[in-house]
Amino acid sequence: MLTYLLKRLTSLVISLLVASLVIFLVVEVAPGDPASFMLGLNAQPDTVAALRTELGLDVPRYARYFAWLSGMISGDFGMSYTYRTPVAQMIADRFWVSMPLSLMALALSTLIAFPAGLFAAARRGSAGDMGVMGTTQLGVAIPNFWFAMMLVLVFAINLRWFSAGGFPGWDDPLLALKALTLPAIALALPQAAILTRVMRSALLDILGEDFMRTARAKGLSARQAIWRHGLRNALIPVLTIIGLQFSFLLAGAIIIEQVFFLPGLGRLVFQAITQRDLIVVESVVMLLVFAVIVVNFAVDLTYAAVDPRLRART
Amino acid sequence: MTGSASSATPMLILDGVNVAFFGKTILKDVSLTLRRKEILALTGESGSGKSMTALAVMGLLPGRMRATGTLRLDGADLLSRTEAQMCRIRGNDIGMVFQEPMTALNPVQTIGDQVAETILIHSAANRRAARSRAAEVLARVGLPQDRFPLGRYPHELSGGQRQRVVIAMAIALRPKLLIADEPTTALDVTTQAQILDLLKSLVREEGMALLMITHDLAVVSDMADRIAVMQNGQVVETGPTRQLFARMEHPYTRQLFAASGHRASLPPQPSAARPLLEVHSVSRDYPLPRHIPFAPRQTFRAVDNVSFTLRAGERIGLVGESGCGKSTLTRAILGLEPVQEGQIALDGAPVFSHGRPNPEVRRKMQVVFQDPYGSFNPRHRVGKLITEPFHLLEKQPGAAERKDRIAQALSAVGLSPDDADKYIHAFSGGQRQRLAIARALIIRPELIIFDEAVSALDVRVRAQILDLMADLSRQYRLSYLFISHDLSVVRTITDRVLVMRQGKIVEDGPTGQVYTKPQHPYTRQLLDAAPRLPDIPPEMRHAPA
Repeated sequence: MLTYLLKRLTSLVISLLVASLVIFLVVEVAPGDPASFMLGLNAQPDTVAALRTELGLDVPRYARYFAWLSGMISGDFGMSYTYRTPVAQMIADRFWVSMPLSLMALALSTLIAFPAGLFAAARRGSAGDMGVMGTTQLGVAIPNFWFAMMLVLVFAINLRWFSAGGFPGWDDPLLALKALTLPAIALALPQAAILTRVMRSALLDILGEDFMRTARAKGLSARQAIWRHGLRNALIPVLTIIGLQFSFLLAGAIIIEQVFFLPGLGRLVFQAITQRDLIVVESVVMLLVFAVIVVNFAVDLTYAAVDPRLRART
Repeated sequence: MTGSASSATPMLILDGVNVAFFGKTILKDVSLTLRRKEILALTGESGSGKSMTALAVMGLLPGRMRATGTLRLDGADLLSRTEAQMCRIRGNDIGMVFQEPMTALNPVQTIGDQVAETILIHSAANRRAARSRAAEVLARVGLPQDRFPLGRYPHELSGGQRQRVVIAMAIALRPKLLIADEPTTALDVTTQAQILDLLKSLVREEGMALLMITHDLAVVSDMADRIAVMQNGQVVETGPTRQLFARMEHPYTRQLFAASGHRASLPPQPSAARPLLEVHSVSRDYPLPRHIPFAPRQTFRAVDNVSFTLRAGERIGLVGESGCGKSTLTRAILGLEPVQEGQIALDGAPVFSHGRPNPEVRRKMQVVFQDPYGSFNPRHRVGKLITEPFHLLEKQPGAAERKDRIAQALSAVGLSPDDADKYIHAFSGGQRQRLAIARALIIRPELIIFDEAVSALDVRVRAQILDLMADLSRQYRLSYLFISHDLSVVRTITDRVLVMRQGKIVEDGPTGQVYTKPQHPYTRQLLDAAPRLPDIPPEMRHAPA
């Protein structure tokens, strides 16, 4: 188990280093000098040069990379070129919108998918199964921004249960959660549809396994057999998808954030790109990569918790 | 054998049990009785209804199949029970052991939990009591706590040990009836002998009735007090073991018996032929997983300094138990993997060169595997499937020649040239294996490697395929390397046998001699463990066709 943990940790650190290098290089080779962008077309060359020095853009690339990297490790993400405020603070504000939103969406999609998948698998071929499968088909097909607008139309404009957008901050947690509810539902639905299908097919695979027949021969009813022996075995493929979905939710919420006018990471990175605020882009992307890699690490650990064979295979 | 029955009323009665599914008869008028402490063997070929009979008793028939007739366990009618009542009977009054120990256990639960579960479902015992009973039962089946603690997971056990766990689960509550469906078919001969002994002693000591399902007549004759032979869902003959073997009234029984002991008549081995396959001091290592990151890798030597020579026209058998290295050696001979030491040459040329199989050599060597269905692409027609080896030829044959050669190969294996347009699902298991042989033959190799090629076949089909192999060897002067765990099959189709154990060849000699005067203790052990057919006067052996 310890070896497994060490191996996973080593690969986590290597992935992070490689990712930081790739992000840095990609952003660096992108055209557009932040200093000239900030000063406009008519700027004097020496003013630009002065700003470049001020922003730290005149030192060699490798030195900037290491400065960036060591800064991030100590929590200093540098100053935003555009807003002249610490990047760390900017990201932290946005992070506390995007992260809870992703977690809510993920929890919601799991809460929908597990019972629905179980129900469909246990009644394979029945009308109920076909109903669930048809609904998931629809869930996968509907674009989530359209669904988001429908939610706004129904629940914010007609019923006036929720506000149509914006985020009041975490001073009142209940109000904050309420503001995130509609976006979370919009994000969760397509994910729930996919997860339901994965859950169903994973369970159906397990139902055909010999050990399920053994469980019946012991005297377990069909339902008990699924519950006690099927579920945990079906979890591995489901966990994989949940891990992938979380990464997608965290980084891929840009459109939903636009629809609901939420100050999340997606919007931040979008604005930073248009303003050539490279340091913000680099830092947000790095943070997202970090989140994705950490989530995958967590998924790997859960695998090992679920499946003893993985623990043994180190 | 457990001999006399202690109780007069049968433990299990099946009287006129029928199972039909969408008008298709699965079981027809099956009537059996089984007493306490008695072993009844249900035998027959695949599809004869043996397993369906067991599942009907368990009330676990697949889908919406229902059994009709009379089915009584210890006087109680089973067919009128509700599903909830059957759940209380399964595991409590009837225990069941399955064929495939590798997959019959839940991989993510410890063996202790799985055995204890049977007890917890049916009794008021608390968790601790259930676990201590589980420990007792595991010890009873030969898995004592000091070496096999309850916290072990199935993947930490061998196939034979897993089968013991399955048996422990089945007998934990001392059921009245134990059903064992091909309990040893997936196991090595020495493990098989141990598991059969265990089942026999359980019946004797715990007073259970055992319904044992097996296709293997040699196992049957060794184990059962009584036998029921099934064919097409019906019991065609039943009686006490010795009596049934002595009489064999039904022609099907005689056919099964004859096929089980079938000897193919091999053409004489050509004398002083040139060496064809030369395996010289070959070793094959596999890297083991590291236990400490970045530590130097340990290796496992799967094949250890193996040498032998196969001469043109010779038929060599390679026997050994699972994990002995025979599959690794086969892959090395086929040139699929490099070896760490030694050389393998076919007709003087290395089988593996420049990091891949040497195509010059692969043309002269073909292989037939165990699973005839898995080795064919179901979306291609037979004509395309069996011409796959043509890609090994330098010059692809033209359309007309292609057609000729397909027809020739299909005729050679006893199929019709018209079969070329069919898909693989239209063929039976035996026919599929004929197609696999046709595919091997089509580029006229000199050596065919049979890797467990008849292990999955029913006895009568197996006998036919063995005859076909003997014929082809005569007709095309083929050499065979015949790899199998089944000693009796190897005996009939080879001139020489190599016995492999832990990566080494421990015995190498003419087939007759190895079987009658084995030199190595391991060979003797294997031969002793192999179940044998009873000696029946030769006039009985000639079954009417």
